[in-house]
Amino acid sequence: MTPVETDVVVVGGGGAGCSTAWHLALRNTRVVLLERGLVGGQASGVNYGGVRQQGRDPAELPISARSREIWQKLKSLIGTEAEYVVSGHLKLARNDEEAKDLERYLEVAAGYGLELRYLPEKELKQEFPWLGPKVVAGSYCATDGAANPRLLAPAIARAARDAGADIRQQAEVVDIAHDGDTFTVATKEAVFRAPVLVNTAGYWGGAIAERFGEPAPISSFSPNMAVTEPIPYFIVPNLGVVGGDIYLRQIDRGNVIFGGGRGFGDPERVRSRPSALRTMESFALALELVPQLKGVEVIRSWTGIDGDMPDHIPVVGPSSTTKGLFHAFGFSGHGFQLGPGIGAIMSELVLDGKTPTPIEPLSIGRFAG
Amino acid sequence: MTAAVAIIGAGPAGVRAAEVLVRAGVRPRVFDEGLAAGGRIYQRPPGAFKRSAKELYGLEAAKAERVHNIFAKLEKYLDYRPQTLVWDIAGKTLFTLTGGTAYGTETFEQIIIAPGAVDRVMPLPGWTLPGVTTLGGAQIALKTQGVAIGEKVALVGSGPLLWLLAHQYVQAGAPLAALVDTTSFAAKARASAAMMAGDAATTLKGVYYTATLRLKRIPIHEGAVPVAIRGEERPRELLIKDGKGRDVTIACDAVALGWGLKPETRLADIAGVPFDYDEVQQNWIPVREMSGKTAVQGVYLAGDGARIGGADMAELAGARAAWAVLGERGAFVDEDEVNRLERALKKEAAYRDVLDKLFPFPSEILAGLPEETVLCRCEGVSIAGLKRTCAADAVAMTPLEVNRAKAFTRVGMGRCQGRMCGHTASEILARELKCGVREAGRLRAQPPVKPVPLVPVTTEALT
Ligand SMILES: Cc1cc2nc3c(=O)[nH]c(=O)nc-3n(C[C@H](O)[C@H](O)[C@H](O)COP(=O)(O)OP(=O)(O)OC[C@H]3O[C@@H](n4cnc5c(N)ncnc54)[C@H](O)[C@@H]3O)c2cc1C
Ligand SMILES: Cc1cc2nc3c(=O)[nH]c(=O)nc-3n(C[C@H](O)[C@H](O)[C@H](O)COP(=O)(O)OP(=O)(O)OC[C@H]3O[C@@H](n4cnc5c(N)ncnc54)[C@H](O)[C@@H]3O)c2cc1C
Repeated sequence: MTPVETDVVVVGGGGAGCSTAWHLALRNTRVVLLERGLVGGQASGVNYGGVRQQGRDPAELPISARSREIWQKLKSLIGTEAEYVVSGHLKLARNDEEAKDLERYLEVAAGYGLELRYLPEKELKQEFPWLGPKVVAGSYCATDGAANPRLLAPAIARAARDAGADIRQQAEVVDIAHDGDTFTVATKEAVFRAPVLVNTAGYWGGAIAERFGEPAPISSFSPNMAVTEPIPYFIVPNLGVVGGDIYLRQIDRGNVIFGGGRGFGDPERVRSRPSALRTMESFALALELVPQLKGVEVIRSWTGIDGDMPDHIPVVGPSSTTKGLFHAFGFSGHGFQLGPGIGAIMSELVLDGKTPTPIEPLSIGRFAG
Repeated sequence: MTAAVAIIGAGPAGVRAAEVLVRAGVRPRVFDEGLAAGGRIYQRPPGAFKRSAKELYGLEAAKAERVHNIFAKLEKYLDYRPQTLVWDIAGKTLFTLTGGTAYGTETFEQIIIAPGAVDRVMPLPGWTLPGVTTLGGAQIALKTQGVAIGEKVALVGSGPLLWLLAHQYVQAGAPLAALVDTTSFAAKARASAAMMAGDAATTLKGVYYTATLRLKRIPIHEGAVPVAIRGEERPRELLIKDGKGRDVTIACDAVALGWGLKPETRLADIAGVPFDYDEVQQNWIPVREMSGKTAVQGVYLAGDGARIGGADMAELAGARAAWAVLGERGAFVDEDEVNRLERALKKEAAYRDVLDKLFPFPSEILAGLPEETVLCRCEGVSIAGLKRTCAADAVAMTPLEVNRAKAFTRVGMGRCQGRMCGHTASEILARELKCGVREAGRLRAQPPVKPVPLVPVTTEALT
């Protein structure tokens, strides 16, 4: 097989990988993206669709803010905004302990310029009268919202292709070698050679890092999700809670999407299945937030496979062992919002050797030794 | 206490399976979402509504009574759970919903999944009007409530159920506006010889139904193509092209559609049973051995849920699967009986193959439908909507298959989860992408098998 020579090979076509390929192509870099299945076929295509900054670990907030800038311009950049709506994110407390937690986060957010509005019970219920009696306080982020995960990664991949990227689906990387200067990346059908390799393989990115002698203690994470039949639209903000055991949003078609707890993931076989027990547990939790949902029928449940790091923040940055290798994986259940920004950052790391967005706390070196 | 055998579905397949198990000293747990045993074909009206077996089941009365009687005798030897929907299977655990509100779990060692079939329909302009239903729906209304779906009902489709239902409507004194069969008389006549050879009794029943309809002077159009259903609040008229290609307008106030049946396979899918596309049945079928055994340990399939074969075949398959379960449990297996069942099953299967070839799904009619026809009624996705995705995606992000098309268009994403439109979406996709229906794929199922209500559940009590 004659190898395909290129500038950058991106492994993994989720949100992170597609966005990386897109940003690189926009800067006239020759880039090949290799995706085992279909672009956006894994976590990036099946997630809850929450696009929020509120509640994030401070280490992620700069990337999240960067991402938000791109989210806002998506339509003009890639021709679709993937049903992105800035509907607000309302994080709720169900007891005083949780309310204190919300208050504490206000300061964290302020330090990063993220505007939040704290709503004590009375104001909260005035503004959102459908909330249940158990809810005692809320923190509202007007700039957050939600989008349709099924549409985003494929749309970015299309934009990348239009900008000149070579997007290859059903192209599983089966072997990677590095001779000090050049990576040789093999799929069953073809071989690619490039000085730069970007690892955006999601949960499976951990194994690629290990392959280059970098410990990445990743585990698979399968948030349990369900959706109801459509009912009249009334829940405008995307709802979350302190502790994250339930989250819920309604799309304007009327369906209510909710998640909580974990389903089952089998990353070896690339299969996942929801847990009926978790689904039922989230019924009660969802009804605590919005009692009016009682009796509404659930039509489907599902889950997916994301990579979870021990500290629940991703690995983003250059490899600590191998020149030309860059990582962005292990988004720990909240990388959908980050995808667009990650691409911008990775393209800067690859082409400029640096990025204005602070990413030090996300370095893979944190797991060494 | 010996580990449990579960049976899902108390239709002909499930009842016969239960019978074999009980005789062998096993007390199976039988789940059925219905109120009473009997399954689809021998469905019974609610208690207060008494009609004789003869009125309800016509020529099948004796068989229906037999199935009901077997079940009545068995009942005290069963752990019978009526009104209980099984909505998820994970490993050896079943998740149930009883009476529409009470959630529960049950474990099993072996399970016989016999959930029967659903109507196979095709979209038509106007098919989303109230007053348009499936042939099966129209039949259930008649069997359980004794009502016709309208005052002037047009029946459209093909296959034995079309003619049987027409016959049942006429017997019940319900006026029919017309019977529109998309298969031509000539095609049926050609095959009837083969059918007589296969199963004379069933074939003669068909001839008998046809004859009574002709006697009653019901307008019959064979080899016809339905064009549209028109009306405002309800159907007012049905437009067709008759067998000679002439435009015919049929005044009616209700329409029932159906092109045969397809197996209800969502439970098998969720249980992890592999599927294959069957060219003869033109359907995705869960893969099983003749005994009903599947690649998933402990999971067996029987009846119409595995292969559309009708009630008689379902009884045979149910009994056969029960013997296979007994074999797995190390119990005595009557090999002579197993051989007898398998011989009979083979004969039935051969006959069904003939029937399937005789009444093929008219995909050419589907291909000729106007683009704006609603394909997925839950989500309001038109044929054009699906095709647009094909066009956009074929250029951009190949390969496309039906789950991907669903992700982009919402086709099959609604309340019925593609039960109605999944196969037609695959057919349209296949034509558009110039590939086989096999390559166009099949919509994957996820729990719940049917919609379940959001109510507070105390999960501690559940395993
Ligand atoms: C059910 C669920 C709900 C979630 N909800 C939210 C939410 O509301 N908000 C939010 O921000 N985040 C959410 N997340 C998290 C978010 O979806 C992920 O963090 C994010 O999509 C990860 O993107 P990714 O590109 O790293 O991974 P992925 O989307 O998993 O992409 C990695 C890709 O790499 C490919 N790949 C792997 N190995 C190879 C190989 N050897 N060769 C070629 N390709 C390979 C895979 O096929 C895959 O497509 C959720 C996740 C799940 C599973
Ligand atoms: C609408 C319709 C009309 C038909 N009319 C005729 C006819 O007139 N004449 C004829 O010869 N054949 C008819 N058939 C075919 C006939 O019903 C079948 O051949 C026969 O009933 C098959 O038996 P079975 O045991 O496989 O399934 P069924 O008799 O359908 O029994 C399946 C049972 O499983 C139950 N069930 C399904 N899913 C679940 C679940 N998840 N949880 C709990 N319970 C469940 C159902 O309530 C049902 O009682 C019809 C089929 C359908 C679908």
